[in-house]
Amino acid sequence: VHRLTHPAQAHAALDLADGRGIVARGLGRSYGDAAQNAGGQVLLTTGMRGVTQFDPATGRITAEAGISIDELTRRTLPAGWFVPVTAGTRWITLGGAIASDIHGKNHHRDGSFGAHVVSLELQTPTGERLTLTPDGTPDRFWATAGGMGLTGIIVEATIQMVPVETSWMRVDTERARDLEDVLDRMARGDDGYRYSVAWIDLLAHGGALGRSILTRGDHATRAEVPEGAAYMAQGAPGTRLAAPRLVPPALLNRHSVGAFNELWYRRAPRSESGKARPLESFFYPLDGVRGWNRLYGPRGLVQYQLVVPLGQEACLRRIVARLRDADAPACLGVLKRLGGRRGLMSFPLAGWTLAVDFPARSPDLGRLLDDVDELVAGVGGRVYLAKDARLRPELLESMYPGLSRWREIRAALDPERSMRSDLARRMSL
Amino acid sequence: VKDALGSVQSLLVLGGSSEIALATARALAAGRTRTVILAARRPDELAAAADALVQAGARNVERVEFDAGDLQEHEQFVDRVFDRDEDIDAVLVAFAVLGDQASMEKDARAARSLIETNFVGAVSVILPIVERLRAQGHGSLIVLSSVAAERPRRSNFVYGASKAGLDAFAQGLGDALAGTGVDVMVVRPGFVRTKLTAGLEPAPLSTTPDSVAEAIVDGLRRRAHTVWVPPALRWVMTIVRHLPRPLFRRLDF
Repeated sequence: VHRLTHPAQAHAALDLADGRGIVARGLGRSYGDAAQNAGGQVLLTTGMRGVTQFDPATGRITAEAGISIDELTRRTLPAGWFVPVTAGTRWITLGGAIASDIHGKNHHRDGSFGAHVVSLELQTPTGERLTLTPDGTPDRFWATAGGMGLTGIIVEATIQMVPVETSWMRVDTERARDLEDVLDRMARGDDGYRYSVAWIDLLAHGGALGRSILTRGDHATRAEVPEGAAYMAQGAPGTRLAAPRLVPPALLNRHSVGAFNELWYRRAPRSESGKARPLESFFYPLDGVRGWNRLYGPRGLVQYQLVVPLGQEACLRRIVARLRDADAPACLGVLKRLGGRRGLMSFPLAGWTLAVDFPARSPDLGRLLDDVDELVAGVGGRVYLAKDARLRPELLESMYPGLSRWREIRAALDPERSMRSDLARRMSL
Repeated sequence: VKDALGSVQSLLVLGGSSEIALATARALAAGRTRTVILAARRPDELAAAADALVQAGARNVERVEFDAGDLQEHEQFVDRVFDRDEDIDAVLVAFAVLGDQASMEKDARAARSLIETNFVGAVSVILPIVERLRAQGHGSLIVLSSVAAERPRRSNFVYGASKAGLDAFAQGLGDALAGTGVDVMVVRPGFVRTKLTAGLEPAPLSTTPDSVAEAIVDGLRRRAHTVWVPPALRWVMTIVRHLPRPLFRRLDF
């Protein structure tokens, strides 16, 4: 492991790559093995987090790749700018957001993170420092955005932030009684909101299969901020809760999660509109619980995220039913509608995405997810590589039709295959 | 690379003619394992076994010559096998001879030969393998021990001694490798009904190669460092190992 503290060091650092290769690693929040490189070199980018340029008039910011979304937001929010796309945690880096071409609750409106990158600086293993832009160098740009860090080291990027009046969200919440209901509400209403996401109960039985709490909103205007509150909250809030250090290995099981889901669903308002909520509680609820992953026990969790194209709702229904009937408890389900696809290896495509957490200890989890993979691949869907830790490599080509084109571009950028990760090895990327 | 659920993509088997090893390789091939390298003294005799592995789901089955007793050759053997594009995710050390207890008690040469194969040979080949696994930064070493390693019996104590040595070596090695990405799993089956034990009276709690295979696959998933087959043996042997010798001697098994 080596640390980068300045973009200029990336060139020399790439020489460290030996037969086992090298990969950049940011804050390490990927669920899978994308930023691991067994036996090889890992370059930590988190020491390289300066802001090179920020124009408060246009909202354009140039920053080094190791900066976190948290820090980025803190620098720009007081001037009225928010990150264009954010994941469910703010503890990820700019470089990681591009390499995974992340999506957020606004994908149906605004696309993936890569769509907001004006330009990026890529240090390639051949020693070149390239400036890539979506218009000037679309092939190499879209092989790098979503390229899982395998085209080189992203050292710096310029992104266009979005203007906000306040650090508050105006949120509508509604309950959906089953899967059909939530899909219908999202299909009809999502376009009226910038952000939309549904928490879905994957353990509910019978007619309640797929019951959900749909949360949608937009940035609040000044007029919508609660009386007496500041338009722009200063600083990010601390974490209020922390998971205990020692947790019974089987704390999260079918029964405890089922009971929690019941409470959670009942607690949610049947329908509530225009509620003001702070940004971070809307975007990053889990960041409020330090070490939440410990709840899954010593073996940890496996997260699985799939997308099936629009029109394949029947397949989604089968998947939800399969998850409910499995022994492995589907703990946290998140459903969302995605817009179109962009990067060659980017995850999003126009369709329905479902993300699910499972305790890794579940004995039949491997078979369950293998079955779901087949269903997903069968309708032209795919699973998210940034979260994957167990996909059957044979399915990759059919899930990612851009793979062969991506390989060609990668071969030009990194002919020696110096950029390597466990994900790349496992998937023969 | 081993995935988050303990599936391995490539497997090296030392003792490729062992029924337990082949059952394990088939069980893994039914999962994610696509490359299997069978190393045995007479690799030509393993054509049918290789076919069965392809049937089970393997894509690439190689057969290579390996003689546990030929200690001088071990390092070169390991270099040859590991010099490939693909990592080797798991190595199963399964070779062993049972020997004839009665004659070994009188014939030091026969006893020594068994120890040399089962224990010295294993140590001699495991060490260079571990070097390669460390270099690739990951890997699972699966060592086939025996319940006989836990408490030697009158009827097979030379074999038991060789396995006890190997078992102790593997346990210590596993501790030494903690944190390197390489892990060691010690498998202690009870009496397994195979060609090795044909003609012997099965002991209580006897098992089959397929059950051992299943336990190994499950052990990889759980990242276990010790696997008993059947699992109940763990508790039985906890008691048995503390039985007074005069009583243990009289037990008929």
